[in-house]
Amino acid sequence: MCRMSVLLFTIIVLLGAFLAGLVGSLTGLGGGVIIIPLLTLVLGVDIHYAIGASIISVIATSSGSAAAYVKEGITNIRIGMFLEIATTVSAVFGAVITVFINPNFIAMIFGAILLFSAIMMIKKRTEQSDAGEPGKIARFFSLNGSYPTASGQRYYTVHNVAGGFLMMFIAGIVSGLLGIGSGALKVVAMDNIMRIPFKVSTTTSNFMMGVTAAASAIVYLHRGQIDPVIAMPVALGVLAGAMTGARVLIGMRSGKLKVVFAVIVTFLALQMIYNGYQGRL
Amino acid sequence: MLNRKMLPQNDKDLQIILGTLLRVGVIASMTIVLLGGVVYIAFNYTDLVNYTTFRPNSAKYSSIGAVFSGLRSMDGAAIIQSGILLLIFTPVLRVVFSVFGFLIERDYLYVSVGLFVLSVILFSLSNSLVG
Repeated sequence: MCRMSVLLFTIIVLLGAFLAGLVGSLTGLGGGVIIIPLLTLVLGVDIHYAIGASIISVIATSSGSAAAYVKEGITNIRIGMFLEIATTVSAVFGAVITVFINPNFIAMIFGAILLFSAIMMIKKRTEQSDAGEPGKIARFFSLNGSYPTASGQRYYTVHNVAGGFLMMFIAGIVSGLLGIGSGALKVVAMDNIMRIPFKVSTTTSNFMMGVTAAASAIVYLHRGQIDPVIAMPVALGVLAGAMTGARVLIGMRSGKLKVVFAVIVTFLALQMIYNGYQGRL
Repeated sequence: MLNRKMLPQNDKDLQIILGTLLRVGVIASMTIVLLGGVVYIAFNYTDLVNYTTFRPNSAKYSSIGAVFSGLRSMDGAAIIQSGILLLIFTPVLRVVFSVFGFLIERDYLYVSVGLFVLSVILFSLSNSLVG
């Protein structure tokens, strides 16, 4: 990175973070997975600082959107809090081990997760939820619920809680390791394994993300990974971009747009893997 | 066949309280971050940035105590970092509120779930984890 002034750096990061937040909310990927390659590949920022700044933007955007969803009564607070047992423990674990791993290897893991997210983004989500007989654990923890639809309350039951819990544990490690929300992995756990309706899984995943990210953010803070000069434009930019994205989103989730973004994300992923492999990060 | 455990839960009041809490937390913390950013740039805009290598020891505000003592001298970076701390503790406060909510509902299972999550956060506050 060429040496640049604080003013120039702030302006560039602010613009980049705004774009990351915008694209992140239009695609459902989240801003973190886009701001990290931007900071490391384009501005040459060390990946540890990028991770620290990204986790702050994850807390801001997820809490901001969770606030709106929770009030609509779609979020299942019990599912969220139950799964937070897994994600907070594993997020702290991920944040603790991240510094013992070679930054180039972290970049390669990051690229792999990014590729996976791009695939999940294009893949059509198939609704697998039902109101059949729930599992024992789901009943014990009162995880079954309902949410408002145009045609009244829709009831659903939760399945394979143990499997979903395990998957959430993995999502938490990835979140703590890379400073991202790992929404793509949470969707796998909730949609495919626990068979929760889309609307509920999307909003509940958002609801959980804040606490999960807070758990690892505290570890990052103590380690000196959260630099205020980077975190400030990243958090403000991503949040503003995500809010703009949410406004634009209404009636605009076109398939073509998603393919364009998936290509960009795939390119970023390959760049991260290549640079990591070459030992350049 | 339907018992209490199978009946779907709604927690409408709790949801509204938690939603408001999250919104207020995000708005307040981001306002402080913006304010600190303006102060920092006003005094340091010509400084050169260098983030090519991670230098954990040169981080000025890597503990809650350091942030508060930096606030006393109205350092822009410390103001930003205090906003970030408030942001980090917003979802944590959300868990505290839900514990009280479940206490009122006499749902002791979820009171313990919430307390467990809080103890994990408390554990992450211990400096020994940094490595």
